[in-house]
Amino acid sequence: MRGRPHLYTTYESDQAILNTTTKKVAATIALALMVAAPFAVVPGMMFLAESDWLRILSTIAIFVIGGLGLNILLGLAGQVSLGHAFFMAVGAYTAAILGATPGGLHLGLGLPIWIWLPAAGVAAAAIGVAFGPAAVRVRGLYLAFVTLGLVFVGDYVFRNWVSATGGAEVGRTFPPLEFRIWKEAEPLVDFTSDGSWFGVELLAEAKTWYLLLALALVFMLLAKNLQRTRAGRALQSIRDRDIAAEIMGVNEFAYKLRAFGISSFYAGVAGALLASFVGSVIPARWDLFLSVQFIAIVLIGGAGTVSGVVLGAIFVTALPRLVQDLTLWMQDIVTSGEGVLAGLFDIFVATNSTDFGLINTLPGTGPGLSVFQLNQVIYGLLIIGFLIFEPLGLYGIWLRIRNYWKGWPFTY
Amino acid sequence: MNPGTLILAQEVIVPSEFGRMLVNGLSLGAIYAVLALGFVIIFKSTQVLNFAHGALAAIGAFLIAYFATVVNIPGRWIEGSPELLQWLLSVSAALILAALIGLVLERVFLRPMVGEALFAVAIVTLGIDVVLRNVTNDFIGLTPRPMGDPFGLNTAGFNCESATWIGTADLLEPCAVRIPHTTIFQLVVTVVLVIAVSLFFRSRTGVAMRATAWDQEAARAQGISVGRIFGSSWAIGAVMAAIGGLFISMFPRRPSGVDQFTAFFAFRAFPAIILGGLDSVVGAIVGGFAIGFAESAASSYLTFDWLGNGFGGVVPYLVMLIILLIRPYGIFGTEEIRRV
Repeated sequence: MRGRPHLYTTYESDQAILNTTTKKVAATIALALMVAAPFAVVPGMMFLAESDWLRILSTIAIFVIGGLGLNILLGLAGQVSLGHAFFMAVGAYTAAILGATPGGLHLGLGLPIWIWLPAAGVAAAAIGVAFGPAAVRVRGLYLAFVTLGLVFVGDYVFRNWVSATGGAEVGRTFPPLEFRIWKEAEPLVDFTSDGSWFGVELLAEAKTWYLLLALALVFMLLAKNLQRTRAGRALQSIRDRDIAAEIMGVNEFAYKLRAFGISSFYAGVAGALLASFVGSVIPARWDLFLSVQFIAIVLIGGAGTVSGVVLGAIFVTALPRLVQDLTLWMQDIVTSGEGVLAGLFDIFVATNSTDFGLINTLPGTGPGLSVFQLNQVIYGLLIIGFLIFEPLGLYGIWLRIRNYWKGWPFTY
Repeated sequence: MNPGTLILAQEVIVPSEFGRMLVNGLSLGAIYAVLALGFVIIFKSTQVLNFAHGALAAIGAFLIAYFATVVNIPGRWIEGSPELLQWLLSVSAALILAALIGLVLERVFLRPMVGEALFAVAIVTLGIDVVLRNVTNDFIGLTPRPMGDPFGLNTAGFNCESATWIGTADLLEPCAVRIPHTTIFQLVVTVVLVIAVSLFFRSRTGVAMRATAWDQEAARAQGISVGRIFGSSWAIGAVMAAIGGLFISMFPRRPSGVDQFTAFFAFRAFPAIILGGLDSVVGAIVGGFAIGFAESAASSYLTFDWLGNGFGGVVPYLVMLIILLIRPYGIFGTEEIRRV
């Protein structure tokens, strides 16, 4: 129907993932940009081809997967879970036990990625489902506490199970992102060293990025499909009013259990990928703050939407780097001591141990937040701010902008 | 099998270990009970699940440490007064500031959320927790700050055979129990607070608080200023949290003092809250002491090698998980009635 973009004549076209031309064009351009990122061909996005930015892109992809998992639980089913970090840890250590080279310092069976990656998800999902009946029994607010307890119990187990996790101080190494058919010495495809694919020279980081991008796309598709089918609508009805949902014939227990399982599966895969991507992780990595980060992703992006989660993951992952760059930049100006800006920025950054400043790049030496602490504070403030002012998150802001221009010059 | 547990069963008690367990349990119980009490007051009147309670405890403890040791307010203006009085005055000054922080938090962050879904409000407090905890940790610094309390390491002796107080010289007797003065102080304060809170809920303001918890609109229609109730319950809750933070920083830990882990210790009060039920004052007390004893008993007796390090620390959470499986609303909590 040319010229009438909002007239849908079939149910399929109404329910399509990209149901408008704008969405199709935007998605295509975004995908093309993401694929082109390692080549530094697009003006304004050249910096993404640097290896540290490629690593940030890869982290975003992993956080998208984890965030989608929490979104299914928090955004769709409306269950507050602080235990996401725990399920990620389960996935990571499953991957480590199955995938790490045997005979090393810690447990490892040396199985290939096509076993350990799905197994990480399955193990986390199994624990999620086993834990589900308890979680479904405790309603609403109590659930947050139960999952909080899970993080702390998990932390204790991981700290003490030295043969699998390497203990509290040292941690352990995780299997690298390499594809093998079975246990052969040379990997069929490896994503962790420079090399050429189909005649194109690629950095190791670029290869990792392509793998994680592909995985993130698959998981986005799965999440989107879950959301727009019967199961997704059932979960949303439970979120909006559980009793009404039950009266309409939605089996609350079964669906909540499924939500837990699927969410944990996503978390497990994300945990395995994160650990494998980072390479070596201590048990304290899977702490409450990681869970809070994922809550921030879902809430900043926009609870209940896939594109919102992507926005949230980009925001939360890129923020530390931006804060760091900004701090260093301000510090440079202050040290040079010239111009109006120097005096202004002097309030914000501390340049030595006696200087007062909001941010202190030498942690522990004087007053002022370290960059890491500042990031946490910003996450906290953003969570509060979005919940108070824009509960739909970045997605909600985009909706408002879109609706404004849709009716322009009229207000509606 | 650990010999400690066997001996306990035969009632040939190893005095030091059993006594230590008991005293630790009382001390931890007082901490958790006071923290739970503050939490319950906030939840009871505003229906807000306050995840920032741990951070409030840390900030309160820091304020006390700062007033008592660094600036010595108001002691520096009252010369020659006894040490205990000076310290109590510093604590009071810090508690007033803590109450103000509670008021401000409520007014700025929680008031706009009135009427929103409960879980959204809970997540707002989680955000507050992250912000407060980081800022407080930065103020505290890397080393523990002493609380400046006049009790120090003083202990009293108690003989469990003759049930009499004994001097420090007799502490080596087989049935002697060492009770630190801080523990006695904590218990006295806890008892006073419990009585005060129970009386408070029977007072005019207390009844208004309960009415607000029941139905905000109906309470408003009766002429209750709901906003003022919210503010005052947050102020009281913040004071309670600060006292809890003070307790954490005083006795059971070495080195004692407020440090970056204070907020994390306060997190262990959540199991006590769950155990008692979110909205029960009696439950907060019982839950607090039950969790305190469970933790101290586990630290004393469950010391098998295969259990690894720090098992006592997770016992509260394990107890919480088990309790919630059996009674999803806690032991004393009001069961949620689902209406169509």
